[in-house]
Amino acid sequence: MRNPFVMDCGEFHVNYKQDMAIWKISRVRMRVFILLAVFAVFPMFASDYIIGLATLCGIAAIGAIGLNILTGFTGQISIGMGAFLGVGGYTSAILTAKLGLSFWIAMPTAGIVTAIVGGLFGLPSLRLKGLYLAIATLAAQVIILFVISRWDSLTGGTAGMVLSRPELGSFVFYSEQSYYYLMFVVLVITTIFSLNLFRSRVGRAFIAVRDRDVAAEVMGIDLFKYKVLAFIVSSFFVGIAGALLGHYTMVVSPELYSITVSIEYLAIILVGGLGSVFGSIYGAVFITLLPVLLRSGVEMLSGVFPDLSAVLIGMKEVVFGLVIILFLIYEPQGLAKIWKNIKDYFKLWPFSY
Amino acid sequence: MTFFLQMLVTGIVVGSVYSLVALGFVLIYKSSDAINFAQGEFLLIGTYVCLTLITAYNIPFIAALMIALIFSAVLGFVIERIVLRPFIGEPVISMIMATIGLSSVLAGIVHITWGHETRVFPKVFSEQPIHLGEIVIAPVYLWSLLIVVIMLVIFTLFFKYSKLGIAMRATADDQQAAMSMGISVKMIFAVAWAIAAIVSAVGGILLGNINGVNASLSAIGLKVLPVAILGGLDSIPGAIIGGLIIGILESLTGGYLDPLVGGGLKEVMPFVILVLILMFKPYGLFGKKEIERV
Repeated sequence: MRNPFVMDCGEFHVNYKQDMAIWKISRVRMRVFILLAVFAVFPMFASDYIIGLATLCGIAAIGAIGLNILTGFTGQISIGMGAFLGVGGYTSAILTAKLGLSFWIAMPTAGIVTAIVGGLFGLPSLRLKGLYLAIATLAAQVIILFVISRWDSLTGGTAGMVLSRPELGSFVFYSEQSYYYLMFVVLVITTIFSLNLFRSRVGRAFIAVRDRDVAAEVMGIDLFKYKVLAFIVSSFFVGIAGALLGHYTMVVSPELYSITVSIEYLAIILVGGLGSVFGSIYGAVFITLLPVLLRSGVEMLSGVFPDLSAVLIGMKEVVFGLVIILFLIYEPQGLAKIWKNIKDYFKLWPFSY
Repeated sequence: MTFFLQMLVTGIVVGSVYSLVALGFVLIYKSSDAINFAQGEFLLIGTYVCLTLITAYNIPFIAALMIALIFSAVLGFVIERIVLRPFIGEPVISMIMATIGLSSVLAGIVHITWGHETRVFPKVFSEQPIHLGEIVIAPVYLWSLLIVVIMLVIFTLFFKYSKLGIAMRATADDQQAAMSMGISVKMIFAVAWAIAAIVSAVGGILLGNINGVNASLSAIGLKVLPVAILGGLDSIPGAIIGGLIIGILESLTGGYLDPLVGGGLKEVMPFVILVLILMFKPYGLFGKKEIERV
């Protein structure tokens, strides 16, 4: 038997099966289960405020995984995620509030509708790439928001709509805890799906398109098909996240889905790590908690600098922008890479060279 | 007919400001292949500096304008050096996110320094409206148009005849060849950013004189995207003509279509045009077609 206290000196795979495995080492499986258990148990001890924050982080993570499939793995930049989030939220709102359907039908439908809209706006990717595509998705953002805020009869216009919490039989997901578990289940499913996606033909095709689209095409990958497919898959998850967010905050209105939200999601995957499923989660936690930490920091300092709280909004923007720029300059691969570096350091310690 | 002409004149004036701001945008793209999402914030900062100089320090308009322009140029230089230099040759998304981050930082600084409320420029131009046939024009519109035209002429001459301007065109054409001819490409990038900041500041100050100044002025930064795409991202005449077209279409939409749908279409119109252009003629009216070779 192996000595459990001796670390590996590296990961050495001797066949393809090992290389493709989700758990590369059996110890990782233990660690993941322990982590899952911790996240499943922690709401029983935490306050409602903390659980609420965790729920928001989780919902952001679902959307960020969606965006990462498109931007991080397939290399198609999208500045329209805020609006797609809105499409998800509004679809669910209309289905539940106007048509009286149950949340369990409305949420997947919201995903599908967003996927269709996303696929439509992905069509220009046939001819455009890089910068031009980014600008096209920016146009999608503006146009979708315009439709949402003008289609009064369906969306309630600028006033928005009110949603209810989902129900299961007679049980209503009203408490912070129950909604956290709902989000948790969806997040786990999303994570497992996307981890597995990139072990399949489709996922590898996405990565090939990102790395060199011409080479991918030469190898027989239908570029157009896979680009649009990436838009569809990614928008599906963003739509699900939008529906979850809508039912959590119980309100949808156009200004909740402005371009700032799109930028926030881009920042999440950038800070977390482009092309990393877990990176999306790290980034979502980081960016969601950033303003919260900033606010408590300002409150702590308000005794010393009483003027500080007046400039909080401005400071939030400055810090947010600085985080993006500093990550881009110093660690373009994001938190996922930092975490990997730390792990590698300890794996090889004390001979880490 | 009068209404149409009135809308047309408004469109031309606003469009000419778009042209000016888009000029800076195109210049940066041409020289360094970067899309500058912080153009709107450049505009805002230049405008606020000018406004503060006038209102708080009682400096005459022309002097304040000059100081604001010098300040903008320095700002452009510094930002290029600190923020953008590390991203030369990086993937598109890094460049886009860097300028988005930059715009967030600048917007935050504007919030902290100048707050949210709308401020107005003290009256610089006379308020006596000018009658041209049947249409009525405020002098500030005419002055704006005049200043924009002067700026555009100056820049056209600058690119055509000055040594620096020729060096900039050479760099845009082929960076390596330019470098081997002894042109400092880094210097050219810095100058491009400085000029972009200057033209944005002028555009902002003119718009500020027309409509007042608040943080929403930075939305122009996004509106120049349709302008630049319509004209072709790397074409300076394209930016000028694109600006006028978008300005006129926007104004006419505001006049004729907005009452039908209940407003708001004016702001979206440029982006609808943008999508159409991208679908049918992605490189715009005058843009250079990118040909990819393996």
